Amino acid sequence: MSQKNISNFIIKESISLTDKYQLMILECTEEAKAFQDIKPGQFVQIRVDNSHHTFLRRPISINDVDIENRTLTLLIRKAGDGTKAICSLSQGDTLNLIWPLGNGFSVDITPASRIILMGGGVGVAPLLYLGKILRMYGLKPEFLLGAQSSDDLLLLEKFKEIGTVHISTDDGSLGEKGLVTRHSVLSTHIDKIYCCGPLPMMKGVAALCKSNNIDCEVSLENVMACGVGACLCCVEPTVKGNRCVCTEGPVFNINELLW
Amino acid sequence: MVDLSVKIGELNLQNPVLTASGTFGYGEEFSDFIDLNKLGGFIVKGTTLEPRQGNAYPRMVETPSGMLNAVGLQNKGVDYFIDTIYPRIKNYRTNIIVNVSGASIDDYIAVAEKLMPLPNIPAIEVNISCPNVKQGGMAFGTSPEGAAEVTRRLREVYKKTLIVKLSPNVTDISSIAKAVENVGADAISLVNTFMGMAIDVERRRPYLSTITGGLSGPAIRPIAVRMVWQAAHSVRIPVIGLGGIMNGRDALEFLMAGAKAIQIGTANFIDPAVTIKVVNELEDYCQRHGISDIKEIIGII
Ligand SMILES: Cc1cc2nc3c(=O)[nH]c(=O)nc-3n(C[C@H](O)[C@H](O)[C@H](O)COP(=O)(O)OP(=O)(O)OC[C@H]3O[C@@H](n4cnc5c(N)ncnc54)[C@H](O)[C@@H]3O)c2cc1C
Ligand SMILES: Cc1cc2nc3c(=O)[nH]c(=O)nc-3n(C[C@H](O)[C@H](O)[C@H](O)COP(=O)(O)O)c2cc1C
Ligand code: FES
Repeated sequence: MSQKNISNFIIKESISLTDKYQLMILECTEEAKAFQDIKPGQFVQIRVDNSHHTFLRRPISINDVDIENRTLTLLIRKAGDGTKAICSLSQGDTLNLIWPLGNGFSVDITPASRIILMGGGVGVAPLLYLGKILRMYGLKPEFLLGAQSSDDLLLLEKFKEIGTVHISTDDGSLGEKGLVTRHSVLSTHIDKIYCCGPLPMMKGVAALCKSNNIDCEVSLENVMACGVGACLCCVEPTVKGNRCVCTEGPVFNINELLW
Repeated sequence: MVDLSVKIGELNLQNPVLTASGTFGYGEEFSDFIDLNKLGGFIVKGTTLEPRQGNAYPRMVETPSGMLNAVGLQNKGVDYFIDTIYPRIKNYRTNIIVNVSGASIDDYIAVAEKLMPLPNIPAIEVNISCPNVKQGGMAFGTSPEGAAEVTRRLREVYKKTLIVKLSPNVTDISSIAKAVENVGADAISLVNTFMGMAIDVERRRPYLSTITGGLSGPAIRPIAVRMVWQAAHSVRIPVIGLGGIMNGRDALEFLMAGAKAIQIGTANFIDPAVTIKVVNELEDYCQRHGISDIKEIIGII
């Protein structure tokens, strides 16, 4: 398991993607070796200093890593007070992070595999760095991204730089119309699916993968307190009993889950 | 040099800072962030005779300046602790205390008897906030008789330092503190969590799977300080104070109210290095106020 750090990061850039989503690039102010150890699918716990209503840290996935420049990119949906307060900070402000946390996706895959990285809503966040790492290993990841409408598709250009992008929108404004779990690409041959998104979507994909014998990993978003395996608040029932999403997850193979 | 050392039963603590059970795992979860050897000691997760899966998710909800939890004592049982965890943590050079829970008095006794031979576990902390399954689920710790009964039976078998952790969900904490002192507890610690409840009004249902849960964090601190003060004025055995301590200033409140040592719980979730900061802040405070021994300020209120 990678060494965990508590560090201050300076906001280098904060970009409003839409009124609901913010992309933040954070630079580590402290000497830390951890950047090359970060695995795709890991997350950070952000301390929220500027919201009276927020007490605990907020878990956010690592969207991208720049090892050389020592930056992390986060993609944040303004869900409530905590995330709104984080997104309201500007360039030059400081954020305190515990990082990197969780297990991350497994990336030991046979070279010729057909891999789909499937995301819905802000769940696309961890798929970008995952795609980059898979590409680095010589694989050809394809993305399947779902959203309500074309306006809600995030970071589309960045995903296109890494691999083929399949799209579905609820209103049909881009790609296939309908649920992402019904997209036609899912009826072609696939060896492995990585999925992060709303629970109904992940459960839908899990069911599909089980019946078609596709290897599948999902990233869960159970509510957390500590993020380091100390409080046992974040557990998910698995074939081996209740397990911590923050340390033994957030990524689980669907065969481990009781879905 | 400030003398921060205190004594609890047979335990010599190099400083009064301990960690609260259930918020600090088995200590090792925090070894990336702090040097555990610099703590007065750490108290590990609630341990029961048999493995327990705990309550269903969701088990936690954030509330103003605090949180409600309903973890329900998830742990792999005392045998697993002894065989697997103890060998990993026993070499930390600080006091390791095991928090003991049970559904019956026999359960508590069985766990205590199994822990007693471990050379590097010098004390147990008995969580008497657990429901007494044999007696209608009322917590042992909510009546002086119940609290005294568990303590008396444990005292008969457990020869090392016996700390009894009191439930704050009672009308008269002094009578319970006296009851456990009278039957041989070496120390008491308080407070455990306050029973609370929160409702998701959009979904029209409670946030927790168990409906009610235990409130912790700074939201409870003034009530905890009051109860520690009351308890400390009722007994002669050492009192360990906790409830919402976030920094050295907060810890000092408990010490002045009469606690000989303190525990830090929920604050570890926000800052995993908070315990060491509190140790340093206590030392700074003493230096600033010309205090050479922290014991000078214990119980001054
Ligand atoms: C491992 C992990 C990775 C995550 N990665 C990201 C990410 O990359 N980007 C991102 O925007 N969000 C991510 N989340 C979700 C994010 O943590 C929550 O949206 C955030 O904690 C909400 O805090 P708040 O104070 O803004 O809202 P609150 O006021 O706490 O809640 C507002 C609403 O959001 C819901 N909510 C609260 N916590 C969660 C949660 N953990 N998951 C889903 N819904 C929640 C609440 O039920 C409520 O309806 C992640 C969560 C986890 C556990
Ligand atoms: C997630 C969680 C789990 C806990 N588990 C236990 C436990 O197993 N045994 C126990 O005696 N107290 C347990 N407690 C109570 C704490 O040890 C402590 O008494 C309480 O949280 C008040 O202190 P705080 O406000 O500093 O957290 C738990 C508290 C929390 C938040
Ligand atoms: S959030 Fe505390 S154990 Fe996972």
